[in-house]
Amino acid sequence: MIATDPSEKLSLYRRIREGDLVIVYERHDSMKAVKVAEGSVLQNRFGVFKHSDWIGKPFGSKVFSNKNGFVYLLAPTPELWTLVLSHRTQILYIADISFVIMYLEIVPGCIVLESGTGSGSLTTSLARAVAPTGHVYTFDFHEQRAVSARVDFEKTGLSRLVTVGVRDIQGEGFPDEFIGRVDSVFLDLPQPWLAIPSAGKMLKPDGALCSFSPCIEQVQRSCETLKTKFTDIRTFEVLLRTYEVKEVRETSCQGDEGGSFKSPPRKKRQHSTEKGNVVEASGPGKIMAKPCGEARGHTGYLTFARLKCLPLKDNQVCSLRSA
Amino acid sequence: MTTKDDSIGSSRVTWEGCSVLLDINDGERLVFARLSPNAQLKIGKKNCSLKPLIDCPFGSVFRVDNGKDGPYLSLVVHTEEVEEGGNSIQEKEDHVTTHESKDNRAIVDNNSAQNLTGEDIEEMRRQGATGDQIIEALIAHSATFEKKTSFSQEKYRLRKQKKYAPEVLVRRPFVRRILKSIKLDNLMSDNYMRCDSLSLLLSMANITAYSDVLVVDMVGGLITGAVAERLGGTGYVCNMHLGATPYPVDIVRIFNFSNDVCERIVHCALDDLCPGQNGSCEQVQKMVSDSTNELDHMEDVPAEENTTSADVPCTTASDHEVRKSIKAGGKASEELIKSWKESGFSSLIVAAPDMDVWSIMQKLHPLLSYSASFAIYHQYLQPLADCMHNLQIGKMAIGLQISEPWLQEYQYFSFLGVVDLNILLWLSFLISISSYDWYFRRTHLSMQMSAFGGYILSGTKISASESKVQ
Repeated sequence: MIATDPSEKLSLYRRIREGDLVIVYERHDSMKAVKVAEGSVLQNRFGVFKHSDWIGKPFGSKVFSNKNGFVYLLAPTPELWTLVLSHRTQILYIADISFVIMYLEIVPGCIVLESGTGSGSLTTSLARAVAPTGHVYTFDFHEQRAVSARVDFEKTGLSRLVTVGVRDIQGEGFPDEFIGRVDSVFLDLPQPWLAIPSAGKMLKPDGALCSFSPCIEQVQRSCETLKTKFTDIRTFEVLLRTYEVKEVRETSCQGDEGGSFKSPPRKKRQHSTEKGNVVEASGPGKIMAKPCGEARGHTGYLTFARLKCLPLKDNQVCSLRSA
Repeated sequence: MTTKDDSIGSSRVTWEGCSVLLDINDGERLVFARLSPNAQLKIGKKNCSLKPLIDCPFGSVFRVDNGKDGPYLSLVVHTEEVEEGGNSIQEKEDHVTTHESKDNRAIVDNNSAQNLTGEDIEEMRRQGATGDQIIEALIAHSATFEKKTSFSQEKYRLRKQKKYAPEVLVRRPFVRRILKSIKLDNLMSDNYMRCDSLSLLLSMANITAYSDVLVVDMVGGLITGAVAERLGGTGYVCNMHLGATPYPVDIVRIFNFSNDVCERIVHCALDDLCPGQNGSCEQVQKMVSDSTNELDHMEDVPAEENTTSADVPCTTASDHEVRKSIKAGGKASEELIKSWKESGFSSLIVAAPDMDVWSIMQKLHPLLSYSASFAIYHQYLQPLADCMHNLQIGKMAIGLQISEPWLQEYQYFSFLGVVDLNILLWLSFLISISSYDWYFRRTHLSMQMSAFGGYILSGTKISASESKVQ
């Protein structure tokens, strides 16, 4: 999913190979991650797809089943992965994920701590942001979940960038080996205030922390704890509204037949229109957009803070320089 | 003179010649400066040397103090015991609980509450009083201070601190901060881009190490800089221009990009990448002329930037220590262009506020590798809707989605120990309806926010047609 050297990047030459992870796209709300294996088949409501037909085709290709049904094969990205991964816990979605990464100033080479791992949705994007030289250390107290996460990161090829640990961060804090080494910390815990003092120890001066909590009460309590060691404490909520686009043919109000109101527009679903027959006798429709009826409401509050900076001695300046 | 060859983000200490963002009085003003012993910053009416800021950790806070030779910046030492004004948190909280019944019924706005005059304060200054001492004197001479709620007292103290003991916070110039510093001037401008929108563009276009990213950046280099920050000296960010002249990328200079990163930022003309499109030349010309206003405006941005920081003389390029560094945004080499023509770009971001996105997309689509992710930003919905429709009809892309981010900041205050859960629940109800003032620990919506973050069209390019595949 994430190139480890320039040769692996996406290109017009890149063909699907044995062992590749592909995202099988049926519809925007129906996708699946599949590992390509010569002898295997994929069976869905569109029929039976032979993996051997896929090998040698570029990513983004349309492939057909025995019943002439079709799907698209996409190269995996963290965004697609978020849509296909198996939900072991509630997961973070693109709006929160993107904002967290930007606000925590995560760039290539950063060392990031995360707890809990959950289903690994955020972890995948964190890995993309720290690649190629940084690392994400993620912890979950749930042994089985950590094992499943490791399997996932193996599958998505992120094992080199992500290490999963089993540890109760609220109870034990982060391991001492990270003290003063970490650029950013992300907490998604029921009682984040218990882990905040430890997170403060792990961070480099001026390092950034984010705590994700669904409830405002958790935010209140976290802010109380943050005040002692942290500054710039700010809480946000990010949501995404999506729009649907349709071609709408309107009856204009002209002459006698037109009243003072427009008749309700006749709608034609975009997906069903084929090239060529869009334009009908009545003339071309208008492209219109409106917010989708269904949207994700509240996900959680994102509380950010920055570790207060204590004045340094000269030798510390040197060590931070070389860090 | 120190030269930094580390990649960005690795140094947490400032150096001579480095670029910093100075946050004056907690967001009141944000100034971009390049640190040198001669650089000066004007705060209030005073000029202070920026020399003390060299070799200090990012995140340090400085305060303007009065010295023998005039005002100077001195490092503020944060310790856990000393909170503002010397009160510990506990003390303050006790204080609140006992005086909870205070309100503003006794406060009359007749301008007689403060009996310390401007001359008195000037006299104190001459005698070398620190900012803190002046604030304490102001509080002692305020007839109403004691009658205020502790929340208002805190606000009063903060207001006076900003005036008499301004603070300067040294920030690393990351894209989020840079965005904020530009925002102050351009909040109302058409080219204003919110932090959450930019972060979404970077995610949706799948920007990661070793990517070759094609951008059409007509927002002053913001996208180019943000992408380069994510690439960390790998891959390339190619800023494509449709006309003959490259788009300005002045914002890129604000980042502390190392030479490794700078040489990965290049520009290239559309004609170089897709020659033989003579038929469309006219159209391109038209597009360019349509956007002339846009270009003019964007050229203003760096100028504004300079006026904002005009009080920092060393911001100008005359600095000789910056000379050495490779200038970001050079022309893409022949080999690079050739390799992109053959293998395609792995991602695309378009932020061209006044251009027709569909005609841009038609030209750039063939340059993307199969399954490449793209994200297009626009202030208006309709151009994106049209573009999405056309991409769908033309079977050029899937996973198409128009999204609009929504960002809300919550303010948090803390004054009371424990709050009944029921009150809190009720409070969260209040939060949802208004920013209600409440005299204990509270979290409420921020009053000022940008109501609109723009629209983003994202999608994935698909392979032209099944028949073309060998």
